[in-house]
Amino acid sequence: MAQHTRTRAAYDLLSSMRFAVSLLTVLAIASVVGTVLKQAEPYPNYISQFGQFWFPVFEALGLYDVYHATWFLAILSFLVLSTSLCVYRNGPGMLREMRNFREQATERSLQHIQQRAEFELAISPATALERATQYLTSNGFRFRAVPRGEDGADTLIAAKAGSYHRTGYLLTHCGIVVICFGGLLDGNIPLKVLQLTGQKVIETRDIPQSQVPPQSRLSPANLSFRGNVNIPEGTSANVVFQNVADGYLVQDLPFTVALKKFHIDHYSTGQPRDFASDIVVTDNETGERFERTIRVNYPFFHKGVAIYQASFADGGTRMQLKGWPLLSPRVASFDVAGAVNQATRITSGDTEIRVELSDFRPFNIEDLSSNTATSRVEVASVSKKVLDQLGSGAADNSKKDLRNVGPSFQYRLRDAQGQAREFSNYMLPLQLDGAWYLMTGVRSNPNEGFRFLRLPLDADGRIDGHMQLRALLLDEKSRAEIGRRFARNAVSGSAVSETMRERLAESAEKVLQLFALRGFESVGQFIEKGIPQAEQEKAADVYVKVLEGAALEALQLARERAKLPSAPFEPQTLRFVRDSLTSVSDSFAYGAPVYLQLVQYEEIKASGLQLTRSPGKNIVYSGSLLLVLGIFAMLYIRERRIWLLVKPAQGKMLLAMATNRHTLENEREFERHKAALAAAARD
Amino acid sequence: MELTQTQTANQTSIQAQTLPQPQSWLRRLSWFDWAYAAALLIGAGVALQLYGAYMDGYEKTILVGTALSVAGLGWHWKPVRVLMIVLVGVSLWSISLYQGELARADKVFFLKYMISSQTAIMWMCFLYGMAGVAYWAGLLGRADGLARAGTGFTWSATTMGLIGLMVRWYESYLIGTDVGHIPISNLYEVFVLFCIITSLLYLYYEGRYATRKLGAFVLLIILAAVWFILWYTFDRGAHEIQPLVPALQSWWMKIHVPANFIGYGAFSIAAMVGVAYLLANKGVMTRLLPPAEVMDDVMYKSIAIGFAFFTIATILGAMWAAEAWGGYWSWDPKETWALIVWLNYAAWLHMRLIKGLRGPLLAWWSVVGLMVTTFAFIGVNMFLSGLHSYGSL
Repeated sequence: MAQHTRTRAAYDLLSSMRFAVSLLTVLAIASVVGTVLKQAEPYPNYISQFGQFWFPVFEALGLYDVYHATWFLAILSFLVLSTSLCVYRNGPGMLREMRNFREQATERSLQHIQQRAEFELAISPATALERATQYLTSNGFRFRAVPRGEDGADTLIAAKAGSYHRTGYLLTHCGIVVICFGGLLDGNIPLKVLQLTGQKVIETRDIPQSQVPPQSRLSPANLSFRGNVNIPEGTSANVVFQNVADGYLVQDLPFTVALKKFHIDHYSTGQPRDFASDIVVTDNETGERFERTIRVNYPFFHKGVAIYQASFADGGTRMQLKGWPLLSPRVASFDVAGAVNQATRITSGDTEIRVELSDFRPFNIEDLSSNTATSRVEVASVSKKVLDQLGSGAADNSKKDLRNVGPSFQYRLRDAQGQAREFSNYMLPLQLDGAWYLMTGVRSNPNEGFRFLRLPLDADGRIDGHMQLRALLLDEKSRAEIGRRFARNAVSGSAVSETMRERLAESAEKVLQLFALRGFESVGQFIEKGIPQAEQEKAADVYVKVLEGAALEALQLARERAKLPSAPFEPQTLRFVRDSLTSVSDSFAYGAPVYLQLVQYEEIKASGLQLTRSPGKNIVYSGSLLLVLGIFAMLYIRERRIWLLVKPAQGKMLLAMATNRHTLENEREFERHKAALAAAARD
Repeated sequence: MELTQTQTANQTSIQAQTLPQPQSWLRRLSWFDWAYAAALLIGAGVALQLYGAYMDGYEKTILVGTALSVAGLGWHWKPVRVLMIVLVGVSLWSISLYQGELARADKVFFLKYMISSQTAIMWMCFLYGMAGVAYWAGLLGRADGLARAGTGFTWSATTMGLIGLMVRWYESYLIGTDVGHIPISNLYEVFVLFCIITSLLYLYYEGRYATRKLGAFVLLIILAAVWFILWYTFDRGAHEIQPLVPALQSWWMKIHVPANFIGYGAFSIAAMVGVAYLLANKGVMTRLLPPAEVMDDVMYKSIAIGFAFFTIATILGAMWAAEAWGGYWSWDPKETWALIVWLNYAAWLHMRLIKGLRGPLLAWWSVVGLMVTTFAFIGVNMFLSGLHSYGSL
């Protein structure tokens, strides 16, 4: 007996609205957690975010993948159970109530209804009855008439309209159950069970998929999955990867997908307009081939598996690079070959550097307006501001200078400690403030923007001239020569004594030596330390002049050694020398001893496909339909009941109206019926 | 004796002429109603004839469906007919002034100062401002004339906003045929849409409940949106038409977004009426505001319609996600917050319909509900990252 009551109590609890609402609240809160905390990130990110102590706690709570955590799925299951029990408990009663005309109502019970009225019958009861029933019928009511009173002389008309209101409750609740059921079917419960029983193990190693052992592979028969795969052009894949926790599982496919070509179209502003993949799907069993083009919003379905265009990446573009030592006194460029997603080694001096080529972009649209716009301060009045905004909604591109600045590639250099710096180099030179430069960007933190080092091009539009000058500026052995030439050319005429010349040559040598240490920084430090403060500014001026003069001599010397005519003495040459000095000086903060110049490339794209199988989809959709129908029935069908008790003996007719909901509309409707039925009772 | 009768049963020999017979809905339609519907359908037919070649089956269905729904809406709520006539007339006039040349927006007087898209939207903002002032003056000064002016301003602002969107749609095709798209694709555009839909829903209730007193409160939230539009335009330059990212190039957008904004707009009205209800309940402006049961009823009606459309919008969103992102539900922050909003209002309706809850608690709840909704609408884009980031601040 006690057992029975306990079961009963559990049943009451589970099917109660209180319980369901509590579950919904917990579900809502848990969902909030999942949106605030980024889900399914790599685990090291969480460790750095929460520290060693909290990381395992949150991991145990499943907070890194809330929506697939066991407890979350348990709540969902309880919700399905609770809602089903609610339907089971209240459904039959509701259906009965729907069909019921409530013709058992007594005169006494009608007297308790709030909306009621009584009319004197001025016409025969039969006529009144006929008129009233006709009125009710034409207003959409269905009715039953039953005799009442001791001898059955009175007649009760029990009418109802909008009964389908009650189906709303059933439809919505059934809809929710169906949706949750479909959702759970597509969830990963079977996989979770396999994991818990140890039949499937998450793979965390970064190994080729063919080497992934069977306990980390899922068979093509798997009912429901959602995984991703990157396919480079000209290759194919027969698996996808499902990310689970801190690793992945390999899902074998019932077919092979080959990527022939990946297309990406752009708007003139550089934003992507269309991603499309030409794929060939070959069935493993039948050998059937399907050639299709899939694009975003247009997936292809085969064997219940949908193939989506999800992302794109570089598929291993092959590049020819030229390495230029930046801080070496020798011009010794060397060739490097590599491909995106691969690492190569280069040697610089006696150290070996690992270059990880990470990305390639065939073109870059940049807004170069900030470089050309004058820095005029605009003081616009409010009315001017408003007037500027009037007109069409088209973008005002006159203020922008959108230009394709050509291909770029990215790579990382890792030092002995494993710390990486990221570089982004443009293949083509860029014109800035009237001169041409090769640009190389660097950053040590992926969240920062790139800072750019400008390498000026010589009069032939090549980088060689700058590199020769650079080497010479850093070359200890050539300093004396440069100093001599500087002294000779800086001051002409016989008025200058030999000692004067010697001192000039010495100071030029000294400045070059300082500059070769850490660029302008070390020159500045020398001035700060060695010269009284009052004269520092003047001294700096002199030092820069000497440095520039020496560098100009270095340029001529470099050209002489390269068997080139000497550079003409004109503003462009001076600018080139100054830019070279800045460039060399900045190189000390560049963070790499080598500049990699992109010479040639062969682009290979990769398409990121997502493949899913979700047998619950149509179940969820049909549940959704039920839900919508139910909501409209519940909210927009009003259930109304009218009772008319005609009492010939007293010459009276009693009207009562009940609704399941007290609203202004219902009040108005009652007034309407009252007036109409009062008219029906009159002559 | 027991007799059962159904609607189909025939009434015989009864003289019923003395009874007021409810005329069937269709029969109450005037010739104007029919002409209006016919014009809409002819318009849709012409559009199909001219541009059908560029549309797929779904888009054609949406076009015809829109014509039918707008016809039905006009039959049910008569002022819509006038709105549509003005909207179509002015939009076509604007388009004709363009003569297929975008630059004319700055050259032609009527385009520059009246009916190019940005100008029309600026007019919308101004007129909503006037409407807010008029409604408040009318409410506090008990001046019915001013309140009526508020209604007039709200109608004109809404019309200008709709014209702005229609012309913007056209302008986007002038920028480039591959750029052209319905202007409900980014945060700027949907804020305009929000103002329009919220106003229309409010105007409907205003007519139905024959009270202009709530306009002051509803205009507050519309003006908050207007403020955002202005800030977004002047500070961020976000009004510029941008081409669509591939994921948004789908006919689903045409039904998913408006359905969502009917939900947002209705929830906003419910919250603002909730504020009015709470003030009246505390004895502030009690005599100026409509009776509590009217406010309660408006609040319920708004949440009901909002909930119904929000449900549809979320389901449509899931179906679209299944085509664009590879799964109907990814627990993306936007999806999850939509679910939270849905759960919130589902609980609200449960408490009212099943537990029969009334009074200040429900009003408070609808105010808090708007905060949740606002977070789902804007907060997710601002603070959380996900697939659904089509506008940033």
